[in-house]
This record gives sequence, C-alpha cells and structure tokens, in this order.
Amino acid sequence: MSKEAIKIIEEKCTGCGLCVKACSFSAISIVKKKAVIDLEKCNLCGTCKEVCKLKAIVIFKPEVVKTKKLDEYKGVWVFVEEEDGEIAGVSYELLGKARQLASDLESEVVAVYLGFNIKEKAKRLFSKGADKVIIVEKEELKNFIAENYANIISYLIKKYKPEIFLAGATSQGRSLVSRIAINIHTGLTADCTGLDIDKEKRFLIQTRPAFGGNIMAQIITPNFRPQMATVRHKVMKEIEIENKEGEIIEEVIDDNFIDKRIKFIDFIRDVTSTIDLTEADIIVSGGRGLGKKENFKLIEELAGVLKAAVGASRAAVDSGWIPYSHQVGQTGRTVAPKIYIACGISGQIQHLVGMQSSKFIVAINKDPEAPIFKVADFGIVGDLFKIVPLLTKRLKEELKK
Amino acid sequence: MKIVVCVKQVPETTEVKIDPKTNTLIREGVASIINPFDMYAIEEAIRLKERYNGITYVITMGPPQAEEVLREALSMGIDEAIHLCDKSFAGSDTWATSLVLAKAIEKIKDVDLIICGKQASDGDTAQVGPGIAAHLNLPQATYVRKVREIDLEKKVMYVERLLEGGYEVLKVELPALVTVVKEINEPRLPSLRGKMRAKRQSIPIWRHKDLGLKEEEVGLKGSPTQVVKIFTPPPRTKGKIFEGDVETCVDKLVSELKKIL
Repeated sequence: MSKEAIKIIEEKCTGCGLCVKACSFSAISIVKKKAVIDLEKCNLCGTCKEVCKLKAIVIFKPEVVKTKKLDEYKGVWVFVEEEDGEIAGVSYELLGKARQLASDLESEVVAVYLGFNIKEKAKRLFSKGADKVIIVEKEELKNFIAENYANIISYLIKKYKPEIFLAGATSQGRSLVSRIAINIHTGLTADCTGLDIDKEKRFLIQTRPAFGGNIMAQIITPNFRPQMATVRHKVMKEIEIENKEGEIIEEVIDDNFIDKRIKFIDFIRDVTSTIDLTEADIIVSGGRGLGKKENFKLIEELAGVLKAAVGASRAAVDSGWIPYSHQVGQTGRTVAPKIYIACGISGQIQHLVGMQSSKFIVAINKDPEAPIFKVADFGIVGDLFKIVPLLTKRLKEELKK
Repeated sequence: MKIVVCVKQVPETTEVKIDPKTNTLIREGVASIINPFDMYAIEEAIRLKERYNGITYVITMGPPQAEEVLREALSMGIDEAIHLCDKSFAGSDTWATSLVLAKAIEKIKDVDLIICGKQASDGDTAQVGPGIAAHLNLPQATYVRKVREIDLEKKVMYVERLLEGGYEVLKVELPALVTVVKEINEPRLPSLRGKMRAKRQSIPIWRHKDLGLKEEEVGLKGSPTQVVKIFTPPPRTKGKIFEGDVETCVDKLVSELKKIL
C-alpha cells in the first residue's frame, strides 16, 4: 500500500475548489490549478471525495486482512442493563432491532444479562425478541461496575464469538463497551441512529450523527468481530412476540473477574427530577427568557400536565435557576424525545445540537428571529408568561377528556 | 501526585454551517478551540495539584496546529505539555486514538491520575477515556462531577459520578482514569504570567516510534472501524409558526399537539 492514504489524481483535477470548501480541516489548497492535500491536517474523513464531481480524489483504505476467522462469529448480542432494579427500556428496544438484524443474517438473538437475583426477570426478554439469554449472577454484580462487567462480557465474547454486539448509549453502556472493544480488539461505533445489514458481506452498516447532528457518517468494522455499536434510548422500536420462549444459559464465573480496585459506595437520587431527561417522551425546557428562578414553576406546571421531564438551556443553569443535570445541549445532555417544548430559549447552536434530533419541536419565544424557530415544527411568537400558563390550562382540559 | 490531562482540539461548533449547494460543512477560516469538556479536566488537574501537590501534564494527539490547545492549557497553569503528532496518526478511530494516548501515558511513567473530558464535541463518542483505561488496565470513573477526596498514602480516591437519575459514589484505587462533566468546576482564565510562560515553554513532539508503536498500529491502518460514507441529514421542513392573539395561537398549538400526543 502506498504510504499516502489519500491522493489527488492530477490528470482529473481541474482545480475547481469544491473540495477546498468541503474540507472540515482546512487541509486542501489549490496550487497551480490543482488540489493539494496537507497530510498533517487531513483526517481522511472522505468528505472531499464525496463532493468531487470528477472523481479525482482517491482514498486508500486498508485492505481486508482476514486475521481472525470471521465466519466463526455468529449471533446478535444485546447487553441488558438495569435501571432501578428493572430491565431498562433501551435494552428492550435493542432486542427489537437485534431481531431484525438476526433475521437478515439468518442468525439468533442472544441477550447478555449480569446481576443478582435476575433469573425471573430474564424470562421477560424472550417475548421482547431474545432466543437465548446468558445470565451471570453474583452478589458483586448487583451494582454496575464497568470493570467487572467488561471483564466478564469480554470472556463471554471470546467463548461464544458473537457477530454483532449492541448496548445502550447510556452512561452504563458507554462506560462498559469502550473497555470491551479494547479488551477483545474490535471496532465500536457510538450513538448509532441507524443499523442495517449488508447481506452479502455480512457487514453491520452503522449510521451515526457527528458535529452535533450536522453531518451523518456511515461506519463499518470490516475485519474484526464482533461489530459493536451503541444506540440511544428511544431510537429503536420495542417489539412483543406472544408466547415466545427460549433458553436460559447460566454462566458461572470465579472471583478473578471482580476488580477489587473499585468499590460502589452509595447512590444518591436526584430529588429535583422525577422524570429523567433521557428517558422522557416529552421534555419542557426553560431558558433565559424566564427571567428568574421562581418562573421555572411555569415550566414545571406544564411539564406536570404532560408528564414531561424538565430541561433547561445553559443560560438558565449558569444563572443558578436549576441544577446542571437538567441542562440540554453541547455541555449538557443530548436528548431526542418525541416532543420538545422550548420556552424562552433563543436556540443557540450549542443548545440545538443537544435537541434537534427530537421528533417534534415546539418553540415559544418573543423574538420572531430567534434561531429556535428555524428548527421548530410548531411555534408561537409572543410573551411566554401569557402563553405557557394558558397552554398548561388548555392541555389540562384536553387531557381530561 | 502525577496527573495527566488528555485534550482534543475541535472546531468551534457555532461556526459549523452547511453549504446548501455542495451539502457539506463550511469551515473556512474557522476557529479551533479546546473541546469544552476538556477545560473542566484541565481545571480539575490544576485544582488537585493545588490541593495535593505534584506535577501536571497535558497531552493531545493531533496535527501541528493542535499545539495551540496545549499552550492554552499551559497558560491556565498546567506544568508540562507533550504533543503526539505524526502523519501516521491521521484517520485514527477511538481504538487507535486511545492506544496512542495510553502509550504516551506509559512513557510519562508513574502517573497517578488521568483526567479526560466526558466526550469531545465533534465526535461525541465518550469512548476514548474508558479506552485509555482499558489499554492501561486501570480502573475508571466516568462522568465525574466531584473528586471528594484523595488519600495519597492509601492510594485511593472517592468520586461522585453523575448518572441518569442521580449520582453514585465510588471508591477507586490509584492509578486511575476519570472523565469529568461540566458540573465539577468552573475553569479559570489564564493569567498574563501564565500566558507568557506558555509562550516560551518548549513542547516535545512524540511520534509513533517514540511511543514504541508500529505504523500499522495507528491511524487508518490501526483503526478497526472505517468511515464509508458521509452525508448531510435531510433539513427539517419549515414549521408552522403562529403569531398574534395569544388565545388563538394557543388554540392552534393545542390542536396540533393533540394530533401528536
């Protein structure tokens, strides 16, 4: 392979400059009517290759080297996580997706469930799409500790050789799978919004947003197995298959898998939020337009009627009106509920990147030029202090019916 | 105590715009910044040094211009900077990136604590921090909102992790890796003296050979994942925006909401 991973075919290049504009890393310049790539800056993202109408840019991807016997790997695995002692919704959603992937691959769905006293709960996974459930029970696994879970799951992957491994893009999932991917040396793609199968090559085509959702990338793991991906809550659909049964495989592990260097001490519940932001179907958020802390009550009342979670812009959090755990946006949480209602939030790009994947966006703001209206499906231009209480009242009446 | 902070240079997101003609990112003459979450990591390292003494390092993997973010960290009060810069690093995914950073940390030697931001604002993966910990076989605490206490004699620390419904307290043996969220502190502004010092300070460059890595272990070749396609998502269609009499507007909105609730 050539040492240069990207090359301009000079005969084809006309120096049109499309690639220069497209490059996110300012790595291309036009010298004597030909594009020149600065390899120190180039990130090999491939954007320039996409825009080049003359096909004058080539990227040399590493050749497929079958170091491992890839065909030995079979089955679609889903990591089952718990929340408050129950199986988390995201795990059910992943099983739904896994079912579809497994049918494309003519393979089986296996749920991997670690914990303590979980055997009864594990049976629920069959109707949600699992053909088999591997359970590992141990008192030390009662609380999620990334190191312990990663040690055990890495062992199970080496033993059973799954083709695909999915986990939720939650604080648990993300902390866990990064370790597993390193341990077993395979590729991992975060926060996928789409998963499809290339049936011929048996590749998992992983689609994910980057740059806060401004671009989408399709990623594959061609030479390593399993192909690992995380998916956010609410992205995939849960399924229910009646009377479906399956096999529970109990794995016994010894104490060597428990990392003694890390100990769970306590969990302190956030009393300010009754509904979790990332779990919520509806979020009502308040921003600078609220003016003062007391006015967040308006947001809470509307949220109460809709059984929604309360979110906030960075401005509201930085003013001390509401704790940081409610912040939506670049330095807060990324959310994608069914309905996002932004009240008194102008919609700075840092906020938008954290919520623009919501299915429906509603904006209430006095400034008709506010950027939030550009992403809103519905909006009212006006005084939120009049609009929000009235909206709360009307919705309360409607929902009673 | 020896602390290493890992940072990344990212484009300033406010500047990311899409060219409607070519459907690609416009980033001409766009400013690069330290990844916002890394600012909290830098600040925490400086604060821990102030509390427990020791030495702080900042490292980044990136092209020559990424040196700017190292100087910014130095100007805030970090003691030493090392730039992991090599053409062969280009195209690294999170696997290869965490390998390069882990090797650099090994080379720094006897590190007690590694601090990373929760995630980078461009890639948003949150995978590199735990990846480094896994490469080095160290315990990790992600999403840390507070370092309660470090007992240097017993080599343990107590940290609070921000989770979905609250926070968790962990006891972690050192050496360890933490990733931090915004709630942990408020980053300081660099002092004039700090800026002067940062300007003068020499920053060593480590290449793949310095880290004992082969060319095929890093960059595109060392990355298990491959980007096959990049595209822009379909733009949101123009919404219905109501203006005028409040009662009428609210009625209209309620009838729209009824359809989707």
